[in-house]
Amino acid sequence: MAEQQKKYSKPLPHIDEENRPWWEALQRHELYIQKCRECGATRYYPRALCTQCLSERTEWVRCAGRGKVYTFTVTYQNQAPGFRESLPYVMAYVELDEGIKMLTNLVDCRPEDVKIGMPVEVVYEDVTPEVTLAKFRPAR
Amino acid sequence: MSLSRKAAVAGAYEHPTRFAPDKSMFQIMAESIRGALADAGLTIKDVDGLCTTGIGMSGMGIVGFCDYMNLTPNFVDSTSIGGSSFVAHTAHAAAAIAAGLCSVCVVVYGSTAASSRFAIGTGGAGGGGDPCDQYEIPFGPTTVGSYAMVAQRHMHEYGTTSEQLAEIAVTMRLHASMNPVAKYREPITVGDVLASRIISSPLHLLDCCIISDGGGALVITSAERARDLRKKPVYVLGTGETVRHVADGHRDFLEIAPAQSGRLAFERAGVTHKDIDLAMIYDSFTITVLATLENLGFCKRGEGGAFVQGGRLRFDGELPCNTDGGGLSSNHPGMRGIFLVIEAARQLRGECGPRQVRDCNVALVHGTGGTLGTRHSGATLILSNQ
Repeated sequence: MAEQQKKYSKPLPHIDEENRPWWEALQRHELYIQKCRECGATRYYPRALCTQCLSERTEWVRCAGRGKVYTFTVTYQNQAPGFRESLPYVMAYVELDEGIKMLTNLVDCRPEDVKIGMPVEVVYEDVTPEVTLAKFRPAR
Repeated sequence: MSLSRKAAVAGAYEHPTRFAPDKSMFQIMAESIRGALADAGLTIKDVDGLCTTGIGMSGMGIVGFCDYMNLTPNFVDSTSIGGSSFVAHTAHAAAAIAAGLCSVCVVVYGSTAASSRFAIGTGGAGGGGDPCDQYEIPFGPTTVGSYAMVAQRHMHEYGTTSEQLAEIAVTMRLHASMNPVAKYREPITVGDVLASRIISSPLHLLDCCIISDGGGALVITSAERARDLRKKPVYVLGTGETVRHVADGHRDFLEIAPAQSGRLAFERAGVTHKDIDLAMIYDSFTITVLATLENLGFCKRGEGGAFVQGGRLRFDGELPCNTDGGGLSSNHPGMRGIFLVIEAARQLRGECGPRQVRDCNVALVHGTGGTLGTRHSGATLILSNQ
């Protein structure tokens, strides 16, 4: 376990009581967004209160894990540890079928093949025992 | 209450340094204040307001800087919203003066970003401690990459080309060639920009601002007092500021802060786009200029690519833009909002020599802070010599 953490050198998210259910769901390879039970507004990333009506009555909506590339960039220069060893990599906003845009990486494809509008599907990457990341690959 | 013509820029000074390994950030700031006060014909004893922030400063840096300068001001503002901060500070100083909170307010910035080798654009995500950061830092965001995603989307929606973006860099370099203290003064072509390496697609090296040391200061006072000082007053006509962010995952990434801050500034100033003789637009990247001009309403959304072509942004063009050479060629010490205001003041006073814009009476300044593709701030000022 310590060995695996040592090898993963990219920054990890800070998990706290507010966002823990979301990260724990990712560990189960499930992707959720939040929906306000009062006003119906959807939101990503996870937060305790609805930004539209400040209600804390929240429903977790499970996502199908499918969407389209909204925009992307192929990064050729990043001096940060963990990323400088993995250049070039693709960072993208994926627009989920549920209507939410989330920042992610596109994997399992050549950078030159990425196009805006391209259908993609989620792929779960267990990077440490505590953290699983939702990345996307071309839909199969 | 309207702020229009209640306060004025009475002094402006751009530190000439672009590389100062022998100076501290605070020393550059002190030298900049000395220059701006001399320009205004005032002394440090007249100063009773201070606005500053910086990338090399602690969260309470303004207090430490007051200690360094032995200042005990009646008004302090350390609004820290990225590179646009100093545009917002100028507005806040004008409001503070109009409200009687202080009478002579200095806005100052300094940085040794180049000599301290700050990895600004491609150094990965910085602090990363806010809730929003947790959903970004695992994926390798950089400053360049964030702007690049806006450029990519703009190209997709409107067919904007790398050649059109490159024209912005070429124009800024032309202006830098007429600015003796600009860091890069050798003219470049669209071909040079396209031949430079890709940093984060679709942005090339020459689509990106430079990294330099530098600093600058402004002296803001009441319009009445400014009229008795050394230089012709540059009046604050209108101001606006706001932020844009991921908006719960629902954001339209081509709708950016100046759509709101610009509208507020125009309304408050009581002028229209036709009145603007000079646009000082934060040029962290070429796409920043194009998207800002669209969102300010100088052209329709999607028309920015064609708008920036044909020399329209040249000092002798229809909408002169960044006549000092901008962050793309003159200087970019981590944040450059203050230089937008300084060059606008110099142009409105007619001090710009070969790059002087003819009949320059009304200028618009727009600062962008943060990163366009995640979170950013925008601050707009409209200034006039009349």
